[in-house]
Amino acid sequence: MISEISFLLFQATIGITFLSAAGYLVFFITQNEKVRKLARYILLVSWGFQTLYIVSRYYLAGHTPVTTHHEAIFFFAWATTAAYLSFRWRYSVKNFGTFVSLLIFILLVVAASAPKELIPLEPALQSLWLPFHAGLSLVAYGFLALAFCGGLMYLLQERELKSKRLGYFFTRLPSLQSLDQLNSHCLAVGFAILCLGMVSGSLWSKQAWGTYWRWNPKGVCTLIIWLIYLVQIHQRFTVGWRGRRAAVMVVIGFVMVLVTLWLVIT
Amino acid sequence: MTTKRLSLLGVNHKTTPLAVREKLALAGGYEEPLLELKKVPGCSEHFLLSTCNRVELLFVSEPSLSLDDKMMQFLFGESVTADQRSHYSYLYHDAEAVRHLFKVAASLDSLVVGEAQILGQIKEAYRYASRHGCTGTLLNKLMHKSFSVAKRVRSETGIGSSAVSISYAAVQLAKKIFGRLDDKKVLLIGAGEMAELAAEHLVGQGVCGVVVANRTLARAVDLAKRFNGTSCSLEELSAQLESVDIIISSTGAAGLIIASEDVKPLMRTRRSRPLFFIDIAVPRDLDPALNDIDGVFLYDIDDLGQMVEMNRAERDREAVKAQRIVDEETLKFSRWQESMMVTPTITAMRRKADDICRQEVAKTLSKLELDEDDRKKVEKLAQAISAKLLHDPLVYLKSDSCRGGHDAKVDTIRTIFGLEDEHQQH
Repeated sequence: MISEISFLLFQATIGITFLSAAGYLVFFITQNEKVRKLARYILLVSWGFQTLYIVSRYYLAGHTPVTTHHEAIFFFAWATTAAYLSFRWRYSVKNFGTFVSLLIFILLVVAASAPKELIPLEPALQSLWLPFHAGLSLVAYGFLALAFCGGLMYLLQERELKSKRLGYFFTRLPSLQSLDQLNSHCLAVGFAILCLGMVSGSLWSKQAWGTYWRWNPKGVCTLIIWLIYLVQIHQRFTVGWRGRRAAVMVVIGFVMVLVTLWLVIT
Repeated sequence: MTTKRLSLLGVNHKTTPLAVREKLALAGGYEEPLLELKKVPGCSEHFLLSTCNRVELLFVSEPSLSLDDKMMQFLFGESVTADQRSHYSYLYHDAEAVRHLFKVAASLDSLVVGEAQILGQIKEAYRYASRHGCTGTLLNKLMHKSFSVAKRVRSETGIGSSAVSISYAAVQLAKKIFGRLDDKKVLLIGAGEMAELAAEHLVGQGVCGVVVANRTLARAVDLAKRFNGTSCSLEELSAQLESVDIIISSTGAAGLIIASEDVKPLMRTRRSRPLFFIDIAVPRDLDPALNDIDGVFLYDIDDLGQMVEMNRAERDREAVKAQRIVDEETLKFSRWQESMMVTPTITAMRRKADDICRQEVAKTLSKLELDEDDRKKVEKLAQAISAKLLHDPLVYLKSDSCRGGHDAKVDTIRTIFGLEDEHQQH
């Protein structure tokens, strides 16, 4: 019974998110304010369905559903949506939603293509640290995903301005300054949560294996991600790294996040 | 049959060379010509607009009486021959006149289509005309309508948003780079008309400071005073580059004023805050390689010119939309004008009275038990009351003696009897 509901919830989420992304795309092309509002409401509904799906999955698996590719990527999409909705609440960056909703939709499609069966968790890993560590890390990735979208937009807009061929994107994308601010905000929030995620992971490792740090691919990848973002934050606050360089760095960092998610979670 | 004939006589930058327009320009202000027009017999309402690009004379007269020649003579005076007069000017009547006025107000007829100044000029001209009692029911309605048409065009089309001059383009770019301009500083190198204009626009957008650098310091000081800014010499440029954000250069120098190598090391002290260089000098003042530095954007006069061209194309597309709005509103206004005639007003008044009678009689009769004869008597009673009540208003409406003409009477009656809404439904 629950597994059927869960399946339906997943299908509904994909459909609703598709509608939202399509709405944002229509807004991007036509700049019709009504469409944007509608798309935002649909995204909010999509987030509700995502949450319900995660809850249903929790019941089915008996632990926080972040241990398979399907579950982790779905949770990632959920975190990105939550990060966007919380961000949208405080700032408004023109046409940001178009990029983010597309990313969320793509993540959901990837989650859909991954095998959906439930894999029982190793007894060693069954701990209260699992939801803490995985949840925090994925929420951090959600914010870093926003920074990635902002970085892409920055690079597009900067190219238009530098090449002086002011075309399609010039009027539709926000100012470089606001994109840079977005970058700094998401990076700061994302990085802080990432640190908490790493600390909780280390404590979990101590509980499960008796050591705070293990040199496995997962540990190394996470360390690289952490260093990439650390360097950025450090440079921004000391010598004022910003603009193009900061945008390129968040894009690189995000690619690393994707690689880690795909390679490491099993 | 309309009760009044609306005519518009005008000259503008398209039809008339400046040499002729100069002779018409009403340098003495609006008062004198407005009062003079008041003396013209048969002209019941008039309005005059005079700007450097156009003169428009709007007047209302009896349809049987042609004031066209008289007005032409008034406008051109004796300086232009009759032949040339009709060649240089345009004359529209009724719906065409309305359409033209709407187009002018919506800035579709301007030299720079979409510029916002014209509406303010029309409003000012209208203030004069109404203060001197030159406008009446028809023109008051028409002028107010033209304001709302202009507003509608502005909000529903992008006609006002496209930057069609170099200085607008510079502001547009600055906004895309910096977002907010109110914490940005402008450095003006050299003093040229175009550079000053661009600086003026940026100040209008709220930049927080202006620094002027010039070879002759006295000129720099003068200009700085105008923008409430500070001045410096050309030798201090690189120190200034640390703190300013937008640089407009327009010196007559033969070589480069700022080289790429001068700016590169500055970016570190600036903590990579972006710099926006605008080079409107020919030959160029600024090193083209500046554009390759991270966080530095360089636009020269050709780049800005290209942007203006692009915006112009965009604006032409919007103008089509605006034209449609003007047509729509012209039609609406013509309908209103038709409704202002006496006959339809009488019909509307009678219909309203009849409707009320019928409704009230039906309401009362449904509660009473009367035979056919008594029913007829009650109906007659109601009709008699309404007919007697309408009698005097109808006499007033049909009379010719009243001051202010038919339009004022019709307007009063329509307002008192609430006929306005009914007209809207048709």
